[in-house]
Amino acid sequence: MSKEWPLWEVFIRGQHGMSHRHVGSLHAPDAEMAIKNARDVYTRRNEGVSIWVVEAKHIAASSPSEKGPLYEPSESKVYRHPTFFDIPDDVGAM
Amino acid sequence: MDTALFEFCLRMGDNTLVLGHRVSEWCGHAPVLEEDIALANTALDLIGQTQFWLGLAGEVEGKGRDADTLAFRRDAWDFRSVLLVEQPNGDFGQTMMRQFLFDAWQSLMLDRLKDSSDVRVKAIAEKASKEVAYHLDRSRDTVVGLGDGTAESHSRMQAALDKLYPYVGELFGADEIDAEIAERGIAPLPADLRGAYDALIADIMAEATLTIPDSRWTHTGGRDGTRHSEHLGHMLTEMQWLQRAYPDARW
Repeated sequence: MSKEWPLWEVFIRGQHGMSHRHVGSLHAPDAEMAIKNARDVYTRRNEGVSIWVVEAKHIAASSPSEKGPLYEPSESKVYRHPTFFDIPDDVGAM
Repeated sequence: MDTALFEFCLRMGDNTLVLGHRVSEWCGHAPVLEEDIALANTALDLIGQTQFWLGLAGEVEGKGRDADTLAFRRDAWDFRSVLLVEQPNGDFGQTMMRQFLFDAWQSLMLDRLKDSSDVRVKAIAEKASKEVAYHLDRSRDTVVGLGDGTAESHSRMQAALDKLYPYVGELFGADEIDAEIAERGIAPLPADLRGAYDALIADIMAEATLTIPDSRWTHTGGRDGTRHSEHLGHMLTEMQWLQRAYPDARW
């Protein structure tokens, strides 16, 4: 249906923290209306201080079928986590 | 009793009450989910503003009536809302046209009320004007989008403007209450807003490729309560049903 409004993915930056997080999606005719709709649908309860929208078709995503080759190789490489060092007490909380 | 201030608060609060109820009628019926939620948000903002205006009206009157009593226990002839806001929703385009015509007026009015000589009026205007700035932003975009949209949406928006424009003039009416309120510095004379209003809607209607009717003739009788249209009574029947059937019911 070409008459349907395109789908937009919505990212909101919360009261705390610097990053925008994906909160959901919605339909809108253009970017401006997508931001307005996002304001009405996703920030009614004071959830955010900034909104990003991006048309869903512009998001390039990894393929679920390649999950094995993409992610499994890192499962057996615990040495990549920085947990094998003795942290001097003077450093405090990290 | 300060009759002029009481009447002024009723005029402000009944406008937002009646329009808020009208807009809430869309809840669950809007063409798309996003608009449904947006309309419900607008309706809730308007009802919230009503609580302030009618709350202040009750305080000024000093007879123990609160905002709920004024909203649910008055009959049509006691309402001081303009005829524009009681007009039925029609289609989505007509609802958004009514919203824009009202938002444009309300934003100009609230802007001036931020300088009111009455601190309570000033405080309500400060809070409400942020909400109304957003309402106006949204209704303006929708009027432009639909007006300058398809042949179908354009003709519906033109029909909505033709139907509703003859109710616009009442917003700028003048009587002895307006004169006294202006004299005391509580609010501007409604007529003083007309120039800015006309400029604003001329801009937006041009962008929306819609033609504003030539005639300035206007229906009147809402803001002084003398001649509400039949629609208000029907609306109140539904809105006030519970308090009429079960007086003082609370939950």
